[in-house]
Amino acid sequence: MRHVLTGVALSVALLAPGAAPSAWAQHETAQDLLDGERAYGARCTTCHGPNGDLVPGINFSAGQFRRPMTDADLSRIVRQGIPNTPMPASNVTEAQAGQIVAYLRSMAAGKSAVAVKGDSARGKMVFDTKGNCASCHSIGGLGSRRAPDLSNVGAARRAPELERALLDPQADVQPNHRYYRVVTNDGATVTGWLLGYDTFNVRLLDGKEQLRSFAKSDLKSHGFIDSPMPSYKNTLSSQELADIVSYLSSLRTTTTAPAGPAR
Amino acid sequence: MKLKLAIILVVAAASLQAQVTYDRILAGVDKEPHNWLSYSGTPKNQRYSPLTQITTANVKNLQQAWIWQAASLEKFQATPLVVDGVMYTVEAPNNVVALDAVTGRPFWRFNYTPAPEARSCCGRVNRGVAILGNTLYLGTLDAHLVAIDAKSGQQIWKTQVALAKAGYSITHNPTIVKDKVIVGTGGGDGPIRGYIAAFDAKTGAEVWRFYTIPGPGEPGNETWKGDSWKTGGTGVWNAGAYDPETNLVFFGTGNPAPDWDGSTRLGDNLYSDSVVALDADTGKLKWHYQFTPHDELDYDSTQVPVLADIQFNGRPRKVMLWANRNGVAYVLDRTTGEFLKGKPYVKANWLDGFDAKGRPNQVKFPSKEGTAIYPHVHGATNWAPPAFSPRTGLFYVATWENSGTLAVEGQFPRAIPGPNTRQTTMGATGLVPFYNDADNGEAYGVVRALDPQTLEKKWDFKLGDITWGGTMVTATDIVFSGGRDGYFVALDAKTGALLWKANVGGQINAAAISYAVNGKQYVAINAGSALFAYALP
Repeated sequence: MRHVLTGVALSVALLAPGAAPSAWAQHETAQDLLDGERAYGARCTTCHGPNGDLVPGINFSAGQFRRPMTDADLSRIVRQGIPNTPMPASNVTEAQAGQIVAYLRSMAAGKSAVAVKGDSARGKMVFDTKGNCASCHSIGGLGSRRAPDLSNVGAARRAPELERALLDPQADVQPNHRYYRVVTNDGATVTGWLLGYDTFNVRLLDGKEQLRSFAKSDLKSHGFIDSPMPSYKNTLSSQELADIVSYLSSLRTTTTAPAGPAR
Repeated sequence: MKLKLAIILVVAAASLQAQVTYDRILAGVDKEPHNWLSYSGTPKNQRYSPLTQITTANVKNLQQAWIWQAASLEKFQATPLVVDGVMYTVEAPNNVVALDAVTGRPFWRFNYTPAPEARSCCGRVNRGVAILGNTLYLGTLDAHLVAIDAKSGQQIWKTQVALAKAGYSITHNPTIVKDKVIVGTGGGDGPIRGYIAAFDAKTGAEVWRFYTIPGPGEPGNETWKGDSWKTGGTGVWNAGAYDPETNLVFFGTGNPAPDWDGSTRLGDNLYSDSVVALDADTGKLKWHYQFTPHDELDYDSTQVPVLADIQFNGRPRKVMLWANRNGVAYVLDRTTGEFLKGKPYVKANWLDGFDAKGRPNQVKFPSKEGTAIYPHVHGATNWAPPAFSPRTGLFYVATWENSGTLAVEGQFPRAIPGPNTRQTTMGATGLVPFYNDADNGEAYGVVRALDPQTLEKKWDFKLGDITWGGTMVTATDIVFSGGRDGYFVALDAKTGALLWKANVGGQINAAAISYAVNGKQYVAINAGSALFAYALP
């Protein structure tokens, strides 16, 4: 943890307020960033969102703050909050605050591999037609349950992550989104989304959207398989990719249904 | 080989989860005894299982099949649903889980944290979800209705039913009628104005609303002094029933507010402590019956309405059976609301009879010096669901006998003092002994069988503590019940004899269900923070 403290201290020493935030990268390890990302996900996303752009005037992904911030400023705010605002104090250590700050800085440094700007409306078209995404995914209750619901994916994943999932879907499958195959002693093969696994049983949502439970003693073999998500590397153009990422980024759950009749 | 193939086919058929159409819900256990598609098995709420594998002869061999532990220390009041081998229940206050009904192991979990302003008078509880199609419907403590995909546990929509900040909550299972999801609003011990509302199952848009307290210009508003109708409580916080023949949906309503001080709300306070019969398409009131006019004793009438077709006074009648918190059991004509019979089923001294229309003649009133009133402020029963067997013709109620209150004007009524008096509170989750009423003999919880013809008791099974558990009866004449002292019991439905018991080690705060998967019958019950399933070896 010492190096993190050093990093924060160095940043303070080297950076004028609002100066280029790249100094962090020299001093944090990949593990620090991962820890920072995890802490950010647990503590910050509720208000700031995964892209850090949900609080007006602030956009971590664009390196935008309401006023110029040194790493030390940010670290202090993470720990002490901002009085008389919704930003609360927290009980993180100085080292943990440093990791969070490092992650905040890294968000702005994240670069898309695609240089073109996406269009959300065109992205929806690609999603529905060429991408054929709804054959496995659903949005707002429409589509299939065989793969994760994407209704709120814009609030859960950053654009670079979405892009990577489209280009290289096997690279970073979430632990709760893995696929599994069982072969029963009778020779039947069932594959599906692994929902539960314990000493004696395996539970799947199979390709027919049925919740299935298997006793391991009834199985000849069972194990993980690759995600059925195809790579769109060679099927979508750069523009289409940017469009679909733009569309997915726009997906946020609206929690309130239409109002009822006047009363 | 042939047998093996047959078994495989049965397994395959049983594991196929089809859409839960409205017709399936309406017929419920009558057509699909292996499933449990709504709170009490069918919209008639008889909580009668036609399954026959577990009998009075073999019930003694029941063994624990599995336990599922809720990650919640709130009282576990939810009745699970079972759809083709998948069980859905609610971990209080508002998390929903899908379990394999054979192993008790989870498929998915939907987490919902009620907003901080959510309030509840009597525990952060929930009594279960409803299902229609592939969607589960959950009423939340912060007064929202949430639609959840039954296959994936994903939220589909969420709509605000009422303002939690204003004291509203939802703690009961919604009622499904056709394409609508119908819920009531709890919080009626506080200054709310309760209502029942129907929502479009697809979109969550509100379709109709019925206020349990009439507004100015509506009949019944004159039964509230001054502006007291605006804050007269009358929450709705328990399961409704539905009669497809008349298209009426029935709900019991809660006490008027403030609970103990009726001086600010002089009048009968309609439709508090009533059953209301509403047109399911429009929410228009067709009839009502008020069990306790101008209540000052917290006798919520939020019991589960039980609909039955029985011979009554020598002719077939379509009735509603109701064992009320006020200590009186009722038989009403469910088509017209006509009062057919009312009679105390426990010691009840607040009334001495009825007029021709069924209005009770109240003879005991709270007083400054204190009046001994039976039943106790917590009632003769409460929300726990009763059962009715068309085979035995008996109505099974989990109740408390001989529990009295010293009612004091405008104050929280106190237990009648005595050497062994112990107060019991609604929120208590520990195993605590019930108080004895020293002046009037022992007080106790009891599972009681009533004959709807006479409303006389046929048998009693005495419990060592009070009970917030309900009853469930099977086609093999077994009543399953339990109480706060942590025993799950199987009783002979004809005699009340104890056939089997299990120590479940925690309060039973819900009624049992029965279901079958792959030809094997199970009985499931909540106790403490866990859900237990039993089956024959």
